[in-house]
Amino acid sequence: MMPSHNNQEIISVDNLVQTLAGQKILRGFSLKVYEGETLVLLGRSGGGKSVFLRHLIGLMRPLEGSICVDGLNITSLKERALAPVRKSIGMLFQNGALFDSMNVADNVAFPLRESGETNEAFISQKVHDALQMVSLHGHLSKMPASLSGGMRKRAALARALINQPRFMLYDEPTAGLDPIVADSIDLLIRRLQRKLGVTSIVVTHDMKSTFTIADHVALLHEGRCYFYGTCDQLRTSTDPVIRDFVEGRSHEAP
Amino acid sequence: MALARYVGGTLLSFSRYLGELAFLIAETFRGILSGHIRLRLVIHQIFEVGYRSQLVVLLTGGFTGAVFATQAFFQFHQLQMDTAVGPVVSVSMFRELGPVLCGLMVAGRVGAAMSAELGTMKVTEQLDALRALGVHPVDYLVIPRFLAMVISMPLLVTECIVVGILAGYIVTTQILGVSEVYYLYNMLHFTGGKDVAMGLIKGVVFGVIIVFVSCHKGLNAREGAVGVGRATTDAVVAGSLFILVINFFLTLTLNIFFPAAK
Repeated sequence: MMPSHNNQEIISVDNLVQTLAGQKILRGFSLKVYEGETLVLLGRSGGGKSVFLRHLIGLMRPLEGSICVDGLNITSLKERALAPVRKSIGMLFQNGALFDSMNVADNVAFPLRESGETNEAFISQKVHDALQMVSLHGHLSKMPASLSGGMRKRAALARALINQPRFMLYDEPTAGLDPIVADSIDLLIRRLQRKLGVTSIVVTHDMKSTFTIADHVALLHEGRCYFYGTCDQLRTSTDPVIRDFVEGRSHEAP
Repeated sequence: MALARYVGGTLLSFSRYLGELAFLIAETFRGILSGHIRLRLVIHQIFEVGYRSQLVVLLTGGFTGAVFATQAFFQFHQLQMDTAVGPVVSVSMFRELGPVLCGLMVAGRVGAAMSAELGTMKVTEQLDALRALGVHPVDYLVIPRFLAMVISMPLLVTECIVVGILAGYIVTTQILGVSEVYYLYNMLHFTGGKDVAMGLIKGVVFGVIIVFVSCHKGLNAREGAVGVGRATTDAVVAGSLFILVINFFLTLTLNIFFPAAK
């Protein structure tokens, strides 16, 4: 697949170090993301992929290292100063993180209302479009508690997309979805990139999804970036760690 | 040595706790001053905090006033001072019982709900989702609750006091047979604006304590359902204890400005 991005480096992560409960999760993790590309971050469960994603939007601060988003070092920004940066980034949380006091429509409309939009007709049109995009129309008045895991995730995706962010961070977007919906989410990620030039970072274990959407792939292994390259390089790599991951081998006796 | 370490550790964590509360308070005022007030949420919280607490507060005030009047009557009756029950009940309701009991009930009802709600949001990543959408959790969650409490608490305290005094009046004059006129005359003679001011100021202070203690516990909840449960318990216990302890110092301080004796 030809890379569909240009060569402008838009996110650069340098030597990130983070410890959680006394355990070193990130040990000098570095990564670069080009404008308009989709980067897939692979890694074992509990390996720090989600932790890394949370750093990118300022939800966690690194002990060492820096993160630059569009030339701005966000590691030193205060909570309130981060707001404009965060508004340009959409984040899909692993379990959706929908506001459980609001129905689907209000959840999806939340970023619009918070940015000062008061025209209800406009809001409901945008909500409708966003839900259509994730194939979740017709569930407007349902509460998050009565949605399935997959529907919750799609509603959360609609919420993250409604303000048309420049960057999207996906934390396991296809985990727990049926293969058909998973494929439609993959295609949606691709479509957003092609049509709107959204730069995406996708954390996943799903190799099929990886080969569908990735321009670049990074493998987070033991707190560092173990591999960085294209899908073809990943496919043809002979490194045992990478092969085990791509082919899903645990080396345990049956 | 172990004792010294224990005492030192406790003091240290308590001062750390006070520091965190101070930061939360500062952040709240910073948000209010920069105009991050969501009126719709404030009104919703007034409904939750104020309107829906009324039954609890009215029952508490009413029965406390009634039982207090009864006990006071039994004592004063021995001294042939039946009509002193009126001022004793009204001054106590205004200065201590009204605000403190109302505060304790609100700490239990509203404080628990606040810390449970915010705690659940914390452990289900909803707070992170707010932050990720560029919304400060203090602006969205704490400020509306704070403003609602500051508006609701004086009204709740007033209701509590009025019902307490009314209940005391009914019990003393209708059941225990004290003269209505003397009861009312003495009560009005010994109760003044300074008692009202003291009750309302205390009510607002207790409301503010409840909001910040509960929101702090909720925002810092950890480790799933157990963490939310612990945050809720801690919020009610800490809120109630703060109210009782601060009430004592508040009484001493406010008594300088609003002396009890004529």
